Amino acid sequence: MAKAPARKTTEPAKTNRERPDEPKRYEASKEQLLEFYKQMLLIRRFEEKAGQLYGLGFIGGFCHLYIGQEAVAVGLQSALDGEKDSVITGYRDHGHMLAYGIDPKVIMAELTGRAAGISRGKGGSMHMFSTEKKFYGGHGIVGAQVALGTGLAFAHKYNEDGGVAMAYFGDGAANQGQVYESFNMAELWKLPIIYVIENNQYAMGTSVNRSSAEDQLYKRGESFRIPGIQVDGMDVLACRGAAEEALAWVRSGKGPIILEMKTYRYRGHSMSDPAKYRSREEVQSVRDKSDPIEQVKRELEEMKVSEADLKAIEAEIRKIVNESADFAEQTPEPDPSELYTDVLVESY
Amino acid sequence: MAIELKMPALSPTMEEGTLAKWLVKEGDTVKSGDILAEIETDKATMEFEAVDEGTISKILVAEGTDNVKVGTVIATIAGEGEDATAAPAPAPAAAPAPTPAPAAAEPAAGEDGGPKKADSGTKQLASEKAATVKDPAIPEGTEMVKVTVREALRDAMAEEMRKDPRVFVMGEEVAEYQGAYKVTQGLLEEFGPKRVIDTPITEYGFAGLGSGAAMGGLKPIVEFMTFNFAMQAIDHIVNSAAKTNYMSGGQMRCPIVFRGPNGAASRVGAQHSQNYGPWYASVPGLIVIAPYDAQDAKGLLKAAIRSEDPVVFLENELMYGRHFEIPKLDDYVLPIGKARIVREGKDVTIVSYSIGVGVALEAADKLAAEGVDAEVVDLRTLRPLDTATVLESLKKTNRLVVVEEGWPTCSIASEIAAVVMEQGFDDLDAPVLRVTNEDVPLPYAANLEKLALITADKVVAAVKKVTYKA
Repeated sequence: MAKAPARKTTEPAKTNRERPDEPKRYEASKEQLLEFYKQMLLIRRFEEKAGQLYGLGFIGGFCHLYIGQEAVAVGLQSALDGEKDSVITGYRDHGHMLAYGIDPKVIMAELTGRAAGISRGKGGSMHMFSTEKKFYGGHGIVGAQVALGTGLAFAHKYNEDGGVAMAYFGDGAANQGQVYESFNMAELWKLPIIYVIENNQYAMGTSVNRSSAEDQLYKRGESFRIPGIQVDGMDVLACRGAAEEALAWVRSGKGPIILEMKTYRYRGHSMSDPAKYRSREEVQSVRDKSDPIEQVKRELEEMKVSEADLKAIEAEIRKIVNESADFAEQTPEPDPSELYTDVLVESY
Repeated sequence: MAIELKMPALSPTMEEGTLAKWLVKEGDTVKSGDILAEIETDKATMEFEAVDEGTISKILVAEGTDNVKVGTVIATIAGEGEDATAAPAPAPAAAPAPTPAPAAAEPAAGEDGGPKKADSGTKQLASEKAATVKDPAIPEGTEMVKVTVREALRDAMAEEMRKDPRVFVMGEEVAEYQGAYKVTQGLLEEFGPKRVIDTPITEYGFAGLGSGAAMGGLKPIVEFMTFNFAMQAIDHIVNSAAKTNYMSGGQMRCPIVFRGPNGAASRVGAQHSQNYGPWYASVPGLIVIAPYDAQDAKGLLKAAIRSEDPVVFLENELMYGRHFEIPKLDDYVLPIGKARIVREGKDVTIVSYSIGVGVALEAADKLAAEGVDAEVVDLRTLRPLDTATVLESLKKTNRLVVVEEGWPTCSIASEIAAVVMEQGFDDLDAPVLRVTNEDVPLPYAANLEKLALITADKVVAAVKKVTYKA
């Protein structure tokens, strides 16, 4: 039987400490909701296209798609202050880049390893960065971004710039030791960080309850006195609402907070994962019942957005994605002289 | 315009596959995300999802067709507002014709002079070149069977697990998933969950737990999904496992095998492509093994499991699927610390290990065509290093080139050069040359990746230099 990923099961852990308020579902205007819809649809179509280009051999190596998890990056990042706040994530990073409004062309060109790619073709799918947007990547080793994100938060506090760091990691990474070393320091030093656990239920082929003694991951901060909130990660407005609450907590100087986003990835862990550890019915059931994009589409229809308008958006997104793919296929590879550039900053 | 659905590549190395099953038929309406077909490769069955919306207008490759090349058009979709039936419909009852083999398209190969599809520099690495010198320890007339390196490793573990109940395997995805690279395939079924254990993603934790279990009298095999992830655990490998016997004055042992793929894989970028051979080989107290072919993989892994010392056993993902002949013997175990001459020659010695051996053998073939007779030495064990075999070969050839799929600085190649300087100086007629990867983090872009890795041609050029033929 399919496990509904998005059921609201939040039961505040018993505690004698101050806790954040229960987040409210964000009340979006029609324009805002349309924007969320567009962003999520862009991620979905972009990722489907990336999967297709992988199948055609244009993309090599590992390619981890974000399909199914779109609401998380879109909902959370929409609440951030783009001037101040920073974001870091693991290797499933295309969606976070797109949610920042970064040109799909330079992302797709990175996937195909071209000079026009955002890392000049040297990083690939797992290693994309935009310091301009304060997006710090794009990291390939499970859990590493949690300690790195804690360092970004340390810098925000040190510089007194008012910024908050948001560090995304998966349910698999939640078992890495450095995560807990980071939690301890973050709370000890009251660092401004939101730990976002994107719980898509499977660490590669291992389900959460096969790998986690405490599978309610939002409770993982309790012994460090870090509060946690479990959020319906398939509902973009719930994601946005939770981000607002978490930001209020962190910005008021109360230290770190954990958001456990209950979400689901439709595809395998990476393109080469046949995903035999779960049934086709399970995936289909989530798609049918809790798809984040379909959900917003229904709400938009209730807000009297016409079918023609939605179709026009779909067509526009497909055009953007197709153009990014065409660009990524045609733009040239890096110049061979780039092999030895960027190894060090200075000359010695 | 009809959209063409092409046979997808489901892994960086897949070139063809079986179209196992169609889940749609002609005339069906599909939307993105719908599963269209099941495709089988040697490793797995994968689902092929629709990206475009429309109606399946034609299925061009029947289900059950084997060896469908990546890039072959397997079906067409008519887009919205397009009449699916406008395409010349096949006779209703006729089974879809199997694809004519010659129609198999070159995978996206730069039609109209456009840019070529992404390739991988690792293609120049993985070889199936076999040793031309037989292991003298194998009795004459022994039957040889062809197996992959992957199977050889699995068989080594299974045989040792049958023999010794203290041996168990632990790691990420080793049990139910059958191994991230399918090396532990079938072990869960045979030995059960007590001895084939899926761990959470906690490398530091399970490397420590494994080391402790070894101290406590068990014989763990700890699989790292790749050695890149063992960086999280290197403290236990170096500080806990390697030094225990010494620090306890020989009282406490740590007989453990840390194994998994090492070195560059195909287009996986800088954080997933490193050769840790030189790192571990510098640590006293460790045994470090890096086999090339299936025979050595099996014989040395068995020896590693039996050893009372901690062993770092470095495999190579690009070699897992390669076939080699292996002797059909009940208990094929090789000695640790012995190099092997895999090709005899008299003009130059090429020393290498792991995947570099294939590159060296290819270079030797090219050199033979030009009249240079190269001897190829496979180190097999990096610590302890079999310097005697290297020096012996040098005595014969007086020239030496080291080939290493890894960085040049503080490498095994550097070590060999130092040993030869110290102990074989009088036998040298030319300086020792190193052929290694370029001294940069491995780039993702296909063309740069190619440039960064070793090639047989680079080896040939180095040999020409030391034989003064350049």
